[in-house]
Amino acid sequence: MDNNISLALLIPLLPLLGFVINGIGFGKLPKALAGTIGTLTVFGSFLITLVLFGGVVAGGETISSVKAYDWITITDTLNITFEYRIDSLSIIMMLLVTGVGTLIHLYSFGYMSHDKGMGKFFAFLNLFIFSMLILVMGSDYVTMFIGWEGVGLCSFLLIGFWNQNRAYNAAAQKAFVMNRIGDLGFLAAIFLMYNAFGTSSISEISEQLGTNFKSGDPQIFWITLCLFIGAMGKSAQVPLYTWLPDAMAGPTPVSALIHAATMVTAGIYMVVRSNVLFSLAPDTLHIIAWVGCITAVLGASIGLFQNDIKKVLAYSTVSQLGFMFMALGVAAYSTGMFHVLTHAFFKALLFLGAGSVIHAMSDEQDIRKMGGLWKKLPITFWTFLIGTIAISGIPPFAGFFSKDEILANLYTHDKTIWILAMVASFMTSFYMFRLLFLTFFGSFRGTEEQKHHLHESPLTMTLPLMLLAVLSMVGGFMGLPAVFSEHHMLADFLGKAAGVVHGEHLDHNTEFMLMGISVAIAVVGLIIAFVRYGGGKNVPVSDEQMTNPITKVVYNKYYVDELYNLIIVKPLHILGDISMLVIEYLVIDLVVNGIALTSRVVGLGLRKSQTGSIGFYMYAMVIGIILFLAYFTMASNLSL
Amino acid sequence: MPLLSYLIIIPLLGLLCSLAMPEKVGAKFFRAILLLSSATTLVLSIGLYANWFPMCDCKIENGYSWVENYQWFNIEVPGFGSFSAHYLLGVDGISKAMVLLSGIVLFLSSLASLTITKQVKLYSNLFLLLSSAVFGSFLALDLLLFYVFFEFMLLPMFFLIGIFGGARKEYASLKFFIYTLVGSLLILVPILMSSFQSIDPIATGEKLSPKEVFISTKIQNARTALSLNTLKPEQTVHTFTLWHLSNTENLAPDSLLHPLMKAEYLGISIRGWMFLLFFIGFAIKIPIVPLHTWLPDAHVEAPAAISAILAGILLKIGGYGIIRFAIGIFPDQAIEWAKLIGTLGAISIVYGGLVALAQTNIKKMVAFSSVSHMGFVLLGIASINVEGLSGAVYQMFSHGIISALLFLLVGILYQRTHNYEIDGTKGLLKSMPAFSGLVIVAFFASLGLPLFSGFIAELLVLLGSFKAIATLSVVFPIAAIVGIILSSAYLLWTFQRMFFGTPWLTGGKVGADAQLPDLTLLEWSYTLPLALATIAYGLFPDWLLSVLAPAISPILRTLNP
Repeated sequence: MDNNISLALLIPLLPLLGFVINGIGFGKLPKALAGTIGTLTVFGSFLITLVLFGGVVAGGETISSVKAYDWITITDTLNITFEYRIDSLSIIMMLLVTGVGTLIHLYSFGYMSHDKGMGKFFAFLNLFIFSMLILVMGSDYVTMFIGWEGVGLCSFLLIGFWNQNRAYNAAAQKAFVMNRIGDLGFLAAIFLMYNAFGTSSISEISEQLGTNFKSGDPQIFWITLCLFIGAMGKSAQVPLYTWLPDAMAGPTPVSALIHAATMVTAGIYMVVRSNVLFSLAPDTLHIIAWVGCITAVLGASIGLFQNDIKKVLAYSTVSQLGFMFMALGVAAYSTGMFHVLTHAFFKALLFLGAGSVIHAMSDEQDIRKMGGLWKKLPITFWTFLIGTIAISGIPPFAGFFSKDEILANLYTHDKTIWILAMVASFMTSFYMFRLLFLTFFGSFRGTEEQKHHLHESPLTMTLPLMLLAVLSMVGGFMGLPAVFSEHHMLADFLGKAAGVVHGEHLDHNTEFMLMGISVAIAVVGLIIAFVRYGGGKNVPVSDEQMTNPITKVVYNKYYVDELYNLIIVKPLHILGDISMLVIEYLVIDLVVNGIALTSRVVGLGLRKSQTGSIGFYMYAMVIGIILFLAYFTMASNLSL
Repeated sequence: MPLLSYLIIIPLLGLLCSLAMPEKVGAKFFRAILLLSSATTLVLSIGLYANWFPMCDCKIENGYSWVENYQWFNIEVPGFGSFSAHYLLGVDGISKAMVLLSGIVLFLSSLASLTITKQVKLYSNLFLLLSSAVFGSFLALDLLLFYVFFEFMLLPMFFLIGIFGGARKEYASLKFFIYTLVGSLLILVPILMSSFQSIDPIATGEKLSPKEVFISTKIQNARTALSLNTLKPEQTVHTFTLWHLSNTENLAPDSLLHPLMKAEYLGISIRGWMFLLFFIGFAIKIPIVPLHTWLPDAHVEAPAAISAILAGILLKIGGYGIIRFAIGIFPDQAIEWAKLIGTLGAISIVYGGLVALAQTNIKKMVAFSSVSHMGFVLLGIASINVEGLSGAVYQMFSHGIISALLFLLVGILYQRTHNYEIDGTKGLLKSMPAFSGLVIVAFFASLGLPLFSGFIAELLVLLGSFKAIATLSVVFPIAAIVGIILSSAYLLWTFQRMFFGTPWLTGGKVGADAQLPDLTLLEWSYTLPLALATIAYGLFPDWLLSVLAPAISPILRTLNP
């Protein structure tokens, strides 16, 4: 590739610079300046990425890497370099992150303009873009891990951004801790890689894989399983998904950027990045397919009855991520990436549209209090409609192509999963149109004050909506199915340099049949939603009036949060309390006090020469040492 | 240039100056002396670490540089030979790292001590005495000299807690005193035992040989005489010098400490016992569960600056002592007991984390998180490979920086609220934004986020212990991972309770009434450098690893002969 490659070093540095300026200048810089700096730095990175993209397209097979510096070095044993890997896979993600990132920064300009903490907000957003870029550009799993945890930190900071609401306070912590459980799976995978390959460099590992390891190798199984645990946390898969809906506590641009378009797809990216490893672990792939399938169905089913506009979208994201993992589970890596891209377009669009609605409704998020908004918010409505059609899988919008490709791949590999995926797909179409009808049609159900305040959002907010709407309309054409076109642009592009394996091809009749079924299912979902909620009728009852037990269970998200609280969070706290009260205070102090008492009774003479306390602790020490000695004698035969 | 002696002497000079002045010259004078002394030692310790000083002045011996060696005393014990102790100082990469850490933490703590208003003279005198002893402990290579410095840390610390501490200061300081005293008594046994059993081959050789022969011949003569058992008591010179004690050629073949000797007590060899005594003595200092209970009490009662020194420096002497002396003299036993060391490390990591989760007092929470994080040091040592050992030392350095920062920040909050209860304060993000920013840095550094120093340390320790699963067990790294998850749970739970929400203070002040003054310039000056240091050592771990490498490889050679 050309000499421009060293420009890659600038790509993450620019947003970092934005973070530093906005971080230090918070409170001193005027809001507009902070927003401009934040947006322009990301836009700058986007432009540089475009330049590099040209190079990658022209360069074909080459994988270029740019070394920043040697990070962790121990002579002869360990050398982890801070190095970026630029190939077709990472450049696509970089375009996505900086491109959608720029749009969302622009949007935030309008959305956050009333917020006192706008400078801080932009600083955190920039830090997020930096971390996300490190994640996708890292050429070593440890470097990738920096970004992996970095985005978790930014997610924490941004979810907690509006921390005044008590109900939201736990969300940030929950997101971080749950992510962390996954992250440590990732970390464990890195250690296992060191034991197996002696390195954590992506390219060195794939070199070794070809010669020394066979499919089904247990070492590879454990490595990939641990990596997938990492992906489950970051990409909100069952059982580590409950943080994502709660993460909606953050400002809406954050939900669009982090919790829909980019961060949550990091898990998919990582699996695709490691596809050489995963392809040697059929058992892990099988697990991935099923986890994805369960997540897709579960997420979609919870989405059916939610009444918070952002919660519907959040569960929809969980469910769509499940679709992507199903694709990965049948080794259709480029298909998974395809859905990552189209989903980024339409889900960012939907979230930003929701943000526009919330903004207009004076921070109201309950769709039961909306209705008839299409007249007042025309741009928001039309773009939201495009997003809804795209996500439901109705042609020719973006979601149709990528989802259809996933379904076709599932059909060839596993009919059970395919059927379940169809069910999820049907539910997707239903809950999305339900959302659309309840929000934009019928008559307005909010307060007079809200009605008076209703307005279309400023251009900084609608411009990103329109651009994303265009992308949601045409984005699917980068991967036309084989029946329409011989060239799958995305798959060809990815396949060349990233070593991504493309899924199998079906004969044309089956492909048409499958397409027909999936469109039919989406349309049926639309029709049922229209029959039930069209024109804004059948508005869901308030929470207290809910009588149907099944609806109630689903509405309450199957009580999974309560279950986790009961079986994990509570016991952990109880264990902590027991350690403190029983071991720390009762056992140690009781032993110590008992001996102190004995010493008082027995050692009358001794007491004159000492204060009680000294004797007390002397004995504590003696006991400690006796315990130790007992332990040593046992430990010599101990085997763990 | 006796660079190392300067580090020990400068605080003592400061002490003399301030002793000579009457109390009535005013607090300013004593503060100035303290600051001047700690600033000078900071510059020297940075210089030592970064090789600022001309190497021509530097004497290198047995892998240690800047060696200073003078006879301290020589006692003839009739029928047993003579005992010779030395004023022997020297540094390798590990001690350079610890000296740098001490320089930084002592200087910033002295800045934080400017808020002390009562008995300033006494406070600064004790502080200076402590500083001198701290540097001495990290520099001494003669075990008796080390022991003296080690003991000397105890006294000033006892009074600093006991006089300047909180409500239960007497209780806490006494507890600290007794525990540590017992610890140092335990390490005295192997020190004396090693000295009794070994000879100084050079001094003994000089008595045996004519003056004009080479030193190597003299050593040869001494060792031959020792192995043939022809050495007479009046010719024998016993030593406390580390490199003589760690060389088994200086032991008589029938010595109880000789590796080939089958002397056992309760199924454990005498070398094993000596190692264990060293280990327990130092482990109390680290501290490990279940010998840790002095730590939370001492921390809660100690003033912030003293807590920072306690967590930032004194705990490290435990880890340092194990690596330098316990492993240095009995490397074979370190392998023998690796599983025990690892088990105690893993227990400390998990138990410390669980109890930290249960705390309602923020200072205790930080104290237990120290117990948990110091467990990584033991786990790294138990791995007996280059990653594990480097990670252990890296963790000591990194935890020194982070825990000092945490305790100083807690102290800043306490000055405003006079409350250590986690549930006693809410909404700090809003009422003290800059302070909250630093707390975010400190918390995320503490829970091992990448690009902070703690990550490098934990990564290396985990790499080491994963590599050692053949000799240890996969349970150890898994326990460590559980500990890391716990750390994010207790830290972020604390953060959520204290920093989120509408500002609120105990006593019912809400909102604007609960507004607290944000960081002053002085407070910035002693917290920001630590925050920057933990980021710098996360971004550029080579700064430390390249210094440690030449010190760690010889240790590994003794461990894997």
